[in-house]
Amino acid sequence: MSTFLPPSDRIWWKVPVGRQEIIWIGIALVWCLIMFFMMPYWHVYGKQNLSTEAYQTTPEKYGAEVEAMIEKYKTGEQSGMPVVTPPAGSDVYMLGRLWQWYPILKLEKNKTYRLHLSSMDWQHGFSLQPVNINLQVVPGYEMVIKITPDQAGEYTVVCNEFCGIGHHTMLGKIYVGEN
Amino acid sequence: MAQFRVCPDSGFYFDKSAESLMKANAVAGAVALLIAGIMALGVILTRWQEVHLLPADLFYQVLTAHGINALIFWVIFFEMAILYFASSTLLRTRLAAPNWAWAGFVLMLIGAVMNNIAVLQGNSSVMMTSYVPMQAAPHFYLGLILFAVGALIGCFVFLGTLVIAKDDQTYQGSIPLVTFGALTAAIIAIFTIASGAIILVPTFLWSIGYINHIDAEMYRVIWWAMGHSSQQINVAAHVSVWYLIVGIMFNARPMSEKVSRFAFLLYIFFLQLASAHHILVDPGISAEWKIFNTSYAMYLAVLASMIHGLTVPGSMEVAQRARGLTKGMFEWLRKAPWGNPVFSGFFFALVIFGFIGGITGVVMGTEQINLIIHNTIYVPAHFHATVAVGTTLTFMALTYLLIPVLFRRQLFLPWMAKLQPYVFSAGMTMMILFLLGAGTLGVSRRHWDMDFTGAALSFEYPGTAYMMMSLGGIGGVLAALGGAMYLLVTVGSLIFGKKLEASAGFLQSFGVPLADSVYNIEQPEQLARAPMPVEQHGSGGFEAPGTFVLALALLVCFVVYYFINWDYLASVWPMG
Repeated sequence: MSTFLPPSDRIWWKVPVGRQEIIWIGIALVWCLIMFFMMPYWHVYGKQNLSTEAYQTTPEKYGAEVEAMIEKYKTGEQSGMPVVTPPAGSDVYMLGRLWQWYPILKLEKNKTYRLHLSSMDWQHGFSLQPVNINLQVVPGYEMVIKITPDQAGEYTVVCNEFCGIGHHTMLGKIYVGEN
Repeated sequence: MAQFRVCPDSGFYFDKSAESLMKANAVAGAVALLIAGIMALGVILTRWQEVHLLPADLFYQVLTAHGINALIFWVIFFEMAILYFASSTLLRTRLAAPNWAWAGFVLMLIGAVMNNIAVLQGNSSVMMTSYVPMQAAPHFYLGLILFAVGALIGCFVFLGTLVIAKDDQTYQGSIPLVTFGALTAAIIAIFTIASGAIILVPTFLWSIGYINHIDAEMYRVIWWAMGHSSQQINVAAHVSVWYLIVGIMFNARPMSEKVSRFAFLLYIFFLQLASAHHILVDPGISAEWKIFNTSYAMYLAVLASMIHGLTVPGSMEVAQRARGLTKGMFEWLRKAPWGNPVFSGFFFALVIFGFIGGITGVVMGTEQINLIIHNTIYVPAHFHATVAVGTTLTFMALTYLLIPVLFRRQLFLPWMAKLQPYVFSAGMTMMILFLLGAGTLGVSRRHWDMDFTGAALSFEYPGTAYMMMSLGGIGGVLAALGGAMYLLVTVGSLIFGKKLEASAGFLQSFGVPLADSVYNIEQPEQLARAPMPVEQHGSGGFEAPGTFVLALALLVCFVVYYFINWDYLASVWPMG
């Protein structure tokens, strides 16, 4: 009854806490600290960390960077979209816009690339399937992440941030070949 | 001037204006829930790929309306009723500035209607989050702003009522734990609304052309200081309601006033840092900021929830054992009133909130693990466990208590009320578990077509993902049925339920006070402190061993599931 009545002890903050609660708080606190330190631990020993490298940009500027890469390394076309094969270990660019991920990239397995991402219009979600890596792509910001595809195959970029009526048609491709 | 009535069943004193306000807010909340529920059916029947009911434009429109009505209007209207109850009723005091409270209610109502109209008109299908630079109609934002201002007034009326109670000495000692929890909710609400004003006011000005640019990343950081914190109001509010329900149903006292209040205090200090949960895979945010904020400064708010997770069922167990239900670990739970929807609703909400909502929330809020979860359908699965079950089912359970006490009506179709928490929880749990699975397989949230019809390129999800979305769909329909049962019982009780007060007119159920002769108390007697507990029960200082076992079970699930996800993360492409 006293959950909704004033506490029975006027000086309730001096009433000693039961053993059961103390033990539980202790266990819970230890678990909280383990979870907390797992994050810095993973920054040191884990292989999947999100880089914090990013630049403010504009759609015009970023679009020009993407086009420059396409011009240099274009090796084909698929469904009207350029397919680009940049040199292993280089900077590669992809942009999100209504409603495509542009261009298609061909990468080599076990090589590390600096992947640049930005949006030309609204926010988009870079969702790489089936590996299931998900990043937020925000207009005005150019994000640079180092990725090392460790399995060959065809990968699809799904847009997973709502971007209007054609959102569900927004797909992109990354092909990873054996070197 | 006599202005209080006493409820002969519960002994609660109701101030006339506070009572009307509680009713009006609860009814408005139920209407928002009705809209949200109808929209939910549209969403679930479209995402169930074999059914795929709605066209794309209508789907996004319905999804926007579902999100806003369920996550904002329903819960906050209901929370206003809880604030007035926890202050005026529990402290036996008159409500501060009832005219202001009504003004706040009217603003909230106008705001909610305005926002719904904007979405209904079709050019504001921007989702609840309305991320810039996608633009909604100006009255979409204005509606939210008016609603927030109204809620803010409500919070200040609550605080004023606490001051009046203190001045008038309507109680002895400290405010009750439930009121303390409500105070926590109100403080978090004020922070939330302030954040909302900081971002929504400029966004509104942008939508009418006075500001030409809103930075998309800044919008995300500040919007989520409102968007996530508003869900923390819910946590503080529904935990308070849990304490209220165990108090009313089992005569329970808190295991320790100090521990429970300290846990609420941790909520005030740390819960609002959760804006970071939505920014973990955004460009350019430093790792230190993310780690500190996403963990609520070393998981101190999670610690608080784990404490409530022990002390809420623990207080119930102690009370049940004191009544002689001492056999074995779980007689206290086995012999609980499972046929009473107030209890079953509360208990399912507690278990599903803790085991599913809490664990998935911490896991996906881990900085690096978020990479494999962000914006997948795992996210809505998580917050349906926290908000749609944790908060909403708790409020449903409380409604069954309020219908006789506040509205003075008997429950309509009591058998249906009895079944309702079971149907709703079963449906929700099924939907949540399968959507968690589908999210792990990469299925997106807020996505009309997992077949990608009409795309230049193609992609096919694994067959398991389709199966999970279908089973999730079945669960969702079942949950919607549970929601409909709730509304049928509630509305039915207000219209057809047998009146418990002879003088009650038809309109009184909908917020119009009872006849004047019922309000025959000038000032209730001073609220005395709770009686001292007689003696401690349990073995070896362990008052609630059954609860402790349940808590350890939660911890084991938590640890195992947490590391499974790290393992899954370790299997994706190395990145840095």
